[in-house]
Amino acid sequence: MGQNNRAEQHTLIALVEDKPGVLTRVASMFRRRGFNIASLAVGNSEQAGLSRMTFVVNGDDYTVSQVAKQLDKLIDVIEVADITNEPIVTRELALIKVKTTQITRGEIIQIVNLFRANIIDVSSESMVIEITGEQEKTNALYGLLSPFGIIEMHRTGVVAMVRGRANGHHNGHS
Amino acid sequence: MELTGAEIVCESLLKEGANIVFGLPGGAVLPLYGALSSYPDIRHILVRHEQAAAMAADGFARATGKVGVCVATSGPGATNLVTGIAAAQMDSVPMVAITGQVPRAAIGRDAFQETDVTGVTLPITKHNMLVMDVKDVAQAIHDAFHIARTGRPGPVLVDIPRDVLLGEKTEYIWPTETKLPGYRIPGEAPDSQVAAAAELINKAERPIIISGHGVLISHAYGLMTELAEKAQIPVITTLLGISSIPSNHELNLGMSGMHGMAYANLAIDEADLIIGLGMRFDDRVTGRISDFAPNAKIVHVDIDASEVDKNVKTTVGLVGDLKAVLGQMLPKIEANVHIDWLRHIDEMKAQHPSHLVRKSDELLPQYVLQRLTEVTQGRGIVVTGVGQHQMWAAQHCRFTEPNTFITSGGLGTMGFEVPAALGAQLGCPDSVVWSVCGDGGFQMTMCDIATAVESGADVKFAILNNTSLGMVHQLQDIFFEKDFVASEYTANPDFVKIAEAYGIRGIRVTRNDEVVDAVQQAMETAGPVIVDFMVKQDEIVFPFIPSGQSVKEMLEEPAPTETV
Repeated sequence: MGQNNRAEQHTLIALVEDKPGVLTRVASMFRRRGFNIASLAVGNSEQAGLSRMTFVVNGDDYTVSQVAKQLDKLIDVIEVADITNEPIVTRELALIKVKTTQITRGEIIQIVNLFRANIIDVSSESMVIEITGEQEKTNALYGLLSPFGIIEMHRTGVVAMVRGRANGHHNGHS
Repeated sequence: MELTGAEIVCESLLKEGANIVFGLPGGAVLPLYGALSSYPDIRHILVRHEQAAAMAADGFARATGKVGVCVATSGPGATNLVTGIAAAQMDSVPMVAITGQVPRAAIGRDAFQETDVTGVTLPITKHNMLVMDVKDVAQAIHDAFHIARTGRPGPVLVDIPRDVLLGEKTEYIWPTETKLPGYRIPGEAPDSQVAAAAELINKAERPIIISGHGVLISHAYGLMTELAEKAQIPVITTLLGISSIPSNHELNLGMSGMHGMAYANLAIDEADLIIGLGMRFDDRVTGRISDFAPNAKIVHVDIDASEVDKNVKTTVGLVGDLKAVLGQMLPKIEANVHIDWLRHIDEMKAQHPSHLVRKSDELLPQYVLQRLTEVTQGRGIVVTGVGQHQMWAAQHCRFTEPNTFITSGGLGTMGFEVPAALGAQLGCPDSVVWSVCGDGGFQMTMCDIATAVESGADVKFAILNNTSLGMVHQLQDIFFEKDFVASEYTANPDFVKIAEAYGIRGIRVTRNDEVVDAVQQAMETAGPVIVDFMVKQDEIVFPFIPSGQSVKEMLEEPAPTETV
């Protein structure tokens, strides 16, 4: 992600109640207000009954501020934080299924090792590679594997966390 | 005490102070009706169409400040509530809608009269819930009322499957707390921000207050008026804020916006400070955003954080309960006189007298409303539908008390005038309630005249009958080369006979000199009355700032040479 993109991409974290329909409410709000989600990851949090969502949102400051406020307005959303300008770590997991032949297999394995990625399934004509890291790393691996023929890719979306401090619940939207 | 889900709903309604519910039964919700008969303290008003249940609950809520409750069955019953719920959401009206749902085992199987009503209403409710366990019913109702009435109010829908209403019983325990960890109600605003706002107000030379619905909801009209008087700041109201300050108050400039008073819009154009209180700078108020209040700094106070900086960029945005924030702010406000500014506004008022009605031999709708409000002396409640008659009512009706002008603003729901008026009247039985109707809107919901008659809701219906969809007609007149397609009614029913069919009095008025007498007769007659005012068809609502334009493009009627 280049410096120019950074202003247009924001990372938000929300703590939400783990109830039926919460994802629908969040997704519906984004759709209705015309906001654009670049990626969304949801999973359990450290607190029972609460999930944490990480959003990567495209938009200017006005849009993202509205996203945060509209998210916070949802009753099932407990806290929202825009952590874009915080020191954060981000990770995404991707599974990439790539075509292989006897000739290409060795080269692909070399690339995978260079990226510290894992091969988790091998068949005579393909292999499945697991990579974890920032989005750029996955993008780079994808670029290098593309010439071999990518059959399928599945990315989880980014999860993010503020470094050091206890949690991301500290800004004005919470 | 072990109770069924239906009994728990009734117990909970009483605990929440809901003594009146508007509804229409059906299969899935029938267990609730079965329980209702054992709760004589809950009065059920049987409507003819569920739409009326939602809108009557809305009118009840706006008139009383209490939560309005409506009930419908699953499927079509629930979907018929939708327009009324959406109207309540747009106008921040506290409402709880209770719907029956098909039994739990049938959910998701496209059962008879099954609709995913929590899905349908998700974007038009403040919150909604599907209660899948009888043990959760009491908490759900408690949370629903809490969410509906607090913060920025709004409608909450509670969907309850038939077998949760009538199945396993459970111990009834009224919850003492809400279970809403993600729900916070703003109170005061940060002192530093209040001080910053007060400083802007103290320094302003040409300030304007725009008073919105939030002033009424928060009961802040007293403090708002105190602020206006202390610093001599003229007050403009939004459509929904009209009754937040008496019409005859010397600082009240009336409504601004698309059909607002010309001088109010001109004042905003020249203002150096706009103080937006409990309003949301919607497009009908601002016109083209880039040309709105071009010389002004903006102080905005609203309880909903997402409204601040949503439509206009504020200089100081305060998130909080208006009454609390004004309480913080008032001691910091210096007394002022703003003599030049007020004098200038008086001059603009004299040059652009858009509150006056020209003299005419034809029956003008504006004339009817001026006489009506003269007879009622601005007392009682006026409920309107949507369109030309609504704008004329906003311009010409006079009000003395808060919460006495009830109209569907944000959603602009035609047909609102009939059920909302009956809800308002049942909520305020001692008030005279005039439902100012268009002939179009009236015909959308006139089936519920029967409900008014049955429930003894003493509503006086004034139909401003121009045998057309007047606002559409007006837009076609101005923007579509008078191509009046689909806006003229050629076979309206005889509304006097409609009245007679419902067993109530009907009066037809065709001439100016009949107006006052008809209004007086309607008010002297016990029970609902329909007055059919046959008004001029092609009258235009002025002033008019076309959609997306600014005060510079405002269309005005020439100042009348002879007025009434």
